[in-house]
Amino acid sequence: MTSTVRTYLTRLLPQLIALTIILAAISIIFPGFLNLQIQNGRLYGSLIDILNRGAPVVLLAIGMTVVIATKGIDLSVGAVMAICGAVSASLITSGHSLAETLLVTLAVGILCGIWNGILVAVLDIQPIIATLVLMVAGRGIAQLITEGAILTFNDPGLIYIGSGSFAGLPMPVIIWLVFGVLVALVVRQTALGMLVEAVGVNREASTLSGVFTPVLLVAAYVLSGLCAAIAGVIAAADIKGADANNAGLWLELDAILAVVVGGTSLLGGRFSIAASVLGAIIIQSINTGILLSGFPPEFNLIIKAAIIVFILVLQSPRFRAAFQFVSIPRAAGKPTEREAK
Amino acid sequence: MKFVKALASATILAACTFGSASAADLVVGFSQIGSESGWRAAETTLTKQQAEQRGIDLKFADAQQKQENQIKAIRSFIAQGVNAILLAPVVATGWDEVLQEAKDAEIPVILLDRTVDAPKELYLTAVTSDLVHEGNVAGKWLVDTVAGKPCNVVELQGTTGSSPAIDRKKGFEQALAGKDNLKIVRSQTGDFTRTKGKEVMESFLKAEDGGKNICALYAHNDDMAVGAIQAIKEAGLKPGKDILVVSIDAVPDIFQAMAAGEANATVELTPNMAGPAFDVLDTYLKDGKEPAKWIQTESKLYTQADDPMKVYEEKKGLGY
Repeated sequence: MTSTVRTYLTRLLPQLIALTIILAAISIIFPGFLNLQIQNGRLYGSLIDILNRGAPVVLLAIGMTVVIATKGIDLSVGAVMAICGAVSASLITSGHSLAETLLVTLAVGILCGIWNGILVAVLDIQPIIATLVLMVAGRGIAQLITEGAILTFNDPGLIYIGSGSFAGLPMPVIIWLVFGVLVALVVRQTALGMLVEAVGVNREASTLSGVFTPVLLVAAYVLSGLCAAIAGVIAAADIKGADANNAGLWLELDAILAVVVGGTSLLGGRFSIAASVLGAIIIQSINTGILLSGFPPEFNLIIKAAIIVFILVLQSPRFRAAFQFVSIPRAAGKPTEREAK
Repeated sequence: MKFVKALASATILAACTFGSASAADLVVGFSQIGSESGWRAAETTLTKQQAEQRGIDLKFADAQQKQENQIKAIRSFIAQGVNAILLAPVVATGWDEVLQEAKDAEIPVILLDRTVDAPKELYLTAVTSDLVHEGNVAGKWLVDTVAGKPCNVVELQGTTGSSPAIDRKKGFEQALAGKDNLKIVRSQTGDFTRTKGKEVMESFLKAEDGGKNICALYAHNDDMAVGAIQAIKEAGLKPGKDILVVSIDAVPDIFQAMAAGEANATVELTPNMAGPAFDVLDTYLKDGKEPAKWIQTESKLYTQADDPMKVYEEKKGLGY
């Protein structure tokens, strides 16, 4: 048991160190950063903001991790968020119950995933192109649903998902924590995770050894679509409206970045959901830190890029090899992935 | 040759309408950019309404955000021999040739909402709002409202580098210049969206002692203000009272917030650009008098005293 914990910690060490450095740096620039207090029966503070604002990217990153582990990529998640936000807003405003709304919305997300999955697994289209289709078309579909305007709603149940709180934590945080743990358990307590990795490393070999790859691939994109649907509902509920033009805009890139910062190779194979979640939290910490720092907005993207480059350089095998004597113990998965290239 | 004949007959037709001086027989072509935002949808609705009220036959062409579609539409308007053309240009450059064709056909072109980089004699006039003035109106309202009391202002900027963000910031700062009681303590971009408006406002509240240091919020558009209002409420403060909220655009949702006492003022970017355009056209066709090259639309200030619910009902159906 202790050895599993140790393996986990070793795997997550680079991300944990990066996160600690970033949090420490922000609290130097902005002293009140780590303060937490109870307000209106819920925890209140910048750290909670990071967990809460990071919710959409964390959810997208969970799905993206599994897709990337199959050597795929899902560019459509931002657009699927917009579609699902629009679907949920239009259903709730046309008088459907909350349960119906959520069920249909999640079903739409799953449907988007099946579409992507079929393009990739059955028609054998390269994932980047296959999902680009829905990335472009999806926003148009969302705009058709909302008729180009921001569709606002006042249903307290749906709003609760975005800005309510449970056990002192904002609902979005509860949702991604529970969902993340569920997905991690399903893929790691069964052989699913290993099969996904096998498909990612060598699809043909896996098929030949009896893995039913098409179903597995479709399932990965379905998970990604489901994650995007949940993220879309949260994003819409947060602002009490579905903004088809802006919901989830460019978030697919943040999600991919989160997976990469989390140390999962874009070439497929070994993956860690926990590391991707940490990656997403790192990205959100940078965003929140920049907002708190009070720098002029022109610097936002430059600062973000500089920090990300720094983290990625730290993770690069060449850099680590050069600084072996100061480097931290690293996960066993890394070198094999490198060799796989 | 056929084309020239068509042109000639069009000019004769036009000349006849000039003579009769009645708007009822006017045919006007309108090349709209496309449906890029709620505001533009409202502009299209209002243009159609205005034309109907005046008995003008409006020929509408949606360009789907493409300049070549707009150029095609203008050429087709010229071929149809319309009396005038309204153009909301998608980009600023590349209009010289087609505008010259319209001028050769003696069809006046009026630019709506945006201007172009072309010689001024190629179009009749441009009807646009003054972005700097909008920021100025918002700033003046705040200066008058706080009436000399010390006030820390936080600003939600539009998309970094966009002209509304630059100009609305400039106008607001001009209004605050020399007023030492008002200070902009924090200014960040909220990308003109509700989500970012809410997120950035959350960080402002944390950074300024839970919001106790903030007396007013200035947002470059209403959507960011709507997001920020939610953040203020979730922080346990009262938007509109603890923190004054002033923004620009006057979209329907901000009037709901004003009716609830959660927003204080908004400056209208009117979607009725066609009204002034038709007025100018009417005088021009009647008297042949050239109007000024720029017609500034009114940047009207709405506050809680202006019966926000009534304005909301009026604006709701415009397609925002």
